[in-house]
Amino acid sequence: MNTILILEQMLNGLQFGLMLFLLAAGLTLVFGIMDMINLAHGSLYMVGAYLIATIAQATGSFWLGLGFGIVGATVFGMLLEMTVLRRLYQRDHVSQVLGTFAILLMCNEGVRMIWGSQPLSLNPPAALSGPVELVTGFYYPAYRLFIIGVGLLVAGLLYLLIAHTRVGMQVRAGAANREMAMAMGTNVQRLFTAVFGVGAALCAVAGGMLGPLLAVQVGMGESILILAFVVIVIGGIGSIRGALLGALLVGIVDTAGRTLIPPSLGYLVGPEAASSAGPAVASILIYVLMAAVLFFKPRGLFPTHG
Amino acid sequence: MNRKPSFSFLRTLVATAAAATALSAVAQTSEPVKVGLLSTLSGPGAGLGVDIRDGFQLAVKLGGGKLGGRAAEVVIADDQASPDVGRQTADRLIKRDKVDFLTGIVFSNVMLAVGAPTFQSKTFYISANAGPSQYAGEQCNPYFFSASWQNDNLHEAVGKTVTDKGFKNVALIAPNYPAGKDALTGFKRFYKGAIASESYTQLNQLDYGAEISQLRATKPDAVYIFLPGGMGINFIKQFVGAGLSKDMTLFGPGFSADEDVIKAVGEPMLGMFNSSQWAHDLDNAANKTFVAAFEKEYGRIPSLYAAQGYDAARLIDAAVRDSKGKLDDKAAVRKALEAAKFDSVRGAFKFNTNHFPIQDYYLRVVTKNAQGKVTNRTLGTVFKSQPDAYVGSCKMPS
Amino acid sequence: MQTTYESSAPSLLDHSLQLRWSLPVLALLAALPLLASLAGDTFYVGLATRVLIFALAATSLNLILGFGGLVSFGHAAFVGVGAYTIAILMQGGVVSAWAAWPIAMLVSAAAALLIGWVSLRTQGVYFIMITLAFAQMLYYLVVSLKAYGGEDGMPLAGRSSVGAGIDLGNDTQFYYATLAILVAAIVLITRLLNARFGHVLQAIRENEVRMTAIGFPVFRYKLVAFVLAGALAGLAGALLANQGSFVSPALMQWSQSGMLMIMVILGGVGHLYGGVLGAIVFLLLEEFLSHYTIHWQLGLGAVLLGVVLLAPNGLTSLFRRKGAAT
Repeated sequence: MNTILILEQMLNGLQFGLMLFLLAAGLTLVFGIMDMINLAHGSLYMVGAYLIATIAQATGSFWLGLGFGIVGATVFGMLLEMTVLRRLYQRDHVSQVLGTFAILLMCNEGVRMIWGSQPLSLNPPAALSGPVELVTGFYYPAYRLFIIGVGLLVAGLLYLLIAHTRVGMQVRAGAANREMAMAMGTNVQRLFTAVFGVGAALCAVAGGMLGPLLAVQVGMGESILILAFVVIVIGGIGSIRGALLGALLVGIVDTAGRTLIPPSLGYLVGPEAASSAGPAVASILIYVLMAAVLFFKPRGLFPTHG
Repeated sequence: MNRKPSFSFLRTLVATAAAATALSAVAQTSEPVKVGLLSTLSGPGAGLGVDIRDGFQLAVKLGGGKLGGRAAEVVIADDQASPDVGRQTADRLIKRDKVDFLTGIVFSNVMLAVGAPTFQSKTFYISANAGPSQYAGEQCNPYFFSASWQNDNLHEAVGKTVTDKGFKNVALIAPNYPAGKDALTGFKRFYKGAIASESYTQLNQLDYGAEISQLRATKPDAVYIFLPGGMGINFIKQFVGAGLSKDMTLFGPGFSADEDVIKAVGEPMLGMFNSSQWAHDLDNAANKTFVAAFEKEYGRIPSLYAAQGYDAARLIDAAVRDSKGKLDDKAAVRKALEAAKFDSVRGAFKFNTNHFPIQDYYLRVVTKNAQGKVTNRTLGTVFKSQPDAYVGSCKMPS
Repeated sequence: MQTTYESSAPSLLDHSLQLRWSLPVLALLAALPLLASLAGDTFYVGLATRVLIFALAATSLNLILGFGGLVSFGHAAFVGVGAYTIAILMQGGVVSAWAAWPIAMLVSAAAALLIGWVSLRTQGVYFIMITLAFAQMLYYLVVSLKAYGGEDGMPLAGRSSVGAGIDLGNDTQFYYATLAILVAAIVLITRLLNARFGHVLQAIRENEVRMTAIGFPVFRYKLVAFVLAGALAGLAGALLANQGSFVSPALMQWSQSGMLMIMVILGGVGHLYGGVLGAIVFLLLEEFLSHYTIHWQLGLGAVLLGVVLLAPNGLTSLFRRKGAAT
C-alpha cells in the first residue's frame, strides 16, 4: 500500500462519485419536488448513452455525439414527462413504482428493438485515451481526469443555477413546500417539465462520460439506479448539496472497498475466497453506510422538508 | 375353406405392421431435427454468443437447411449469462420444444447449471464453447460432447509460451467463476516462473480501476488475462489508457484477443500473443470454405467462437447422418457422435474417451495483415494432439 | 377481558373467500394436470407450479403491503432465505420435507424479525429504502458464500421427501402439494384478516397515528405481520427451491422484490386474491408473450402501464361490484 495507490483510488472514487452525483441530482429533484419515485430514471441514462454512442459512431466525433446526444436525451425526457409521467404525480408511491417500472421495461425493450441486444462501443476521443503524468512516475488515465473535470464543472453550473437564479429559487421552494410554491405563483407544470429535462440532460452527460469506461448496453441503468437511490437517501431527498456529498461518500467508500478489502482479505483467507467475499463486503459497506446515516440523521444529511 | 381367411388375416397383419413401421420411420425421418441453441445474446458476453449462433446457422445454411439429410429447426434462446435463466430456458427447450440436441452455451457457470437436467432428460449436449473441468473428469457424462476444447487447454498453451519466452514474474487476472478458475489452473500447470499476483474479478465487471492500480503497485513483467468479450475489451482499453502497456507485456488466450475484441480495441492491442485451437489462416479445405462463406454472409472475419459454432453444427450433422436419422436410438447417436466423422475447420478432429477433443494448439499474434487490417496471424504450434488434464479421472459409463 | 370483534354483519375490514367464483377456479386448477396430460404437454404442469409458488409469495407480500400498508422492497430476500435453507439442509443430509420446510419458515421468520425490528421504526420512503438495503445485504452475503455456489447458484440433489407413498419428484404430485399449501395459506390469511389482528392491522394502515393514540401497540402488530409474511415467503422459497432443484442469489435481487411488488399492485393491493391474480397474470403474460415475440417486455410494460392508468386499484378492482364486501 503506497501513496500512489491511495491517490489513484481517491481519484477513481472521486470520478465515480461525481458521475453518481449527476444521476442522483436529477433523481433527488424529481423526488423532492414532484414527490415521485421514478424507476425509469436509469432509462434516461441508458437512452442518453445510446444516443451519444450512435451519433459519435456515425459522425466519427465524440464531441458531436456528446452534444447532440444530450440534446436528444433532454427532448426524450421532456416528452416522457409531458405524455406519461405527468399523470403519476397525484398517485401514491406504489402506483408510481408500477408505472415507472412499466416505462423501464418499455424503454429497455425499445432500445433492444432499435439497437439490438449487443452492447455498443463508445470510444473516448483519441486525445484523451492515453495517460497523463500527474506526479513523477504516476500516470493516470487522461480520460478519467476529464470525467472529474466535467463532473466538477456540471456541479458548479448546477450550484449557480439552483442558488443564484430565479428558476433555481422556484426549484428550491418547490422542494421545500410544493403547495406553498404553487400558491406563490410558480407555474408548476412548466417547472416540472423543465426539472425533468434537466434531469435527463444530467443523466445523458453521465451516460456519455461512463460509456467508454463501462459499456453501452441494455439494462445499464438498473445497476446504477439503485446506487443513485442510496445516494439521495443519504444526502436527503430534494437536496442537491446532499446529493453531491452523498455521491462522493458512496463513490469513495465503494472504490476504497473494492480496492482495499480483497487484498486484505487475501492475506487472511487466500485469493479465491477473498475474491468472492471481497466485492460482497465492499457492496454491503454501502448499505451499512446508508443505514448508519439514517440512524443518526433519519431524514438524510441535508433534509429539505425540515 | 377355413384356412384362407386366417392366412389372409395373417398377411394383412404383417402388411399393416410393416406399413406402420415404415410410416413411423418415415414420419421420424421427415420430422425436422430440432436443435436448441441457448447462448448469451445480451450483455457484455453477447459478442461470443452471436458469433456461435452465426457460425452454427451458417453451417446449417450451407447444408441446405438440413442436418444429416433431415430438415433442421434451430430454436434460438438467450441465457443472459445467468445460470438461473439458462436453467429455466433449457428446461423450456427440452420439455416444451422437445429439442433433440442442445448447444451454444458460452459461460461455464451457466453450463454447470444446465448440464444435470439436460443429461437427465437424455438430451445430447454439444458444447460450442464451455468446457468445464468437472465434465472432463469426475462428472463426465455420455450425453456431453465438446466441439470446442476443455477450459484449461488454451491457457496451458500460453503458460508454456510465457515460460519459453523467459518471463519470470507474471500477474494473473481472471473472472471469479468456474472457467476463470480452470483458466488460471491451466496456466499455472505449464508456467514455471513466479506469480506476482492472482486476482479474480467479478464476472461481467467493466471497470478495472482497482486491478490496474494493483498492477501498478506490484510491477510484474507480464500480465496474463482471461477476460472474454466485453470484459477484455474494457480491460485492454483501460490498461493501455493507464500507460501500463509500456512496461508490461500482455498475454491472453484466444478468448481475449480474437476478432470481437480486436474490432472494439484496434491498434492498441498490436503485438498481443494469444493461443487458440483454430485460426482463420489455417490451411485446410474446410476452413477455407468456412472463412470465405462467413465473410460473404456476415461481412466480418470469423472468430474462434464462430468456428466452434460451425463445427458443432457439422458434428450434429454427421451424427444424424451416421445414426440414419433414428434420434430415439440414443446409443446409436452416441456412437455416431463419438466417431465424429466430419471435416473440422481446425483440421483433424478426434474425441478422447471423455468426449473432449484431442487437438493441436497454436500460438497467434495480433498484427496488421497485408491489407493493413488488424487481425491474428498464426506463428506456430505449441502443443500437438494434446489431450486435457482431467481425462484420467473420468470413468465414462458405457 | 376478551371482547369479540367479529360481528355478524360483514364490515369493511372483512374479506370473504368469495367461494362463488373461487371454488370453480380451484376446480379448474385441480384439473389442470389431467388436462395437460390429455394434451400431451407436461411442461405446463411445471409452469403452473411456478405460478402458484409466486402466487404464494405475492400473497405474503400483500399481507403487509396491502393490508398493513408497509411497502417492503426487500421481500424477495425472505423467499431466498427459505430457498437457501432447503438447499443447505439438503446438502447436509436433511431431505425430509416435514423437517426442512418448517425450518425454512422459521429461518425466514427470524430474518424478518431482525429486519423488521430495525426497519419498522422508519416511515414512508425511508422504510422502503431500509428494507431494500437489508435485502441487498443478504443478497451480497449469499453471493459471497462460495461453499454454497456463490453467484453461480447451487443445484439440489432432488426434491424433499414426504413419505407415505407421495413422491414430490413427480411433477403432478408436487403441483397438488403446492396447490394445497396455497389454499391453506389463503384460508389462514382470511381467518387472520377477519379476526381482531387483521382488523387492527388494516386500521393501522388507514391511520396509524389514531391507532397509537387509542392505545394499540402499533409497532408490535406491524412486526408480527412482517414476521408472518416473512415466514410465508420462506415457505414459497422452499417450494421454489424444490420446483427447479436449483437455488441462486438471483432469487434475492432487488429486481425480484420489485417483481413481487408489481404482481401485488397489478392484482390489487389490499384485496384477498390480489397476489394470486397478479402472479397469474404477470407470469402467464410473460410466458405467452415470449412465445410470440422476442420483444415481449414491450407488451408487458404496455399492459402494466395500462393497468396503472386505467385500473388504479389493480385488476381485482375491475371485478369488484359496488357495495359488495371485498
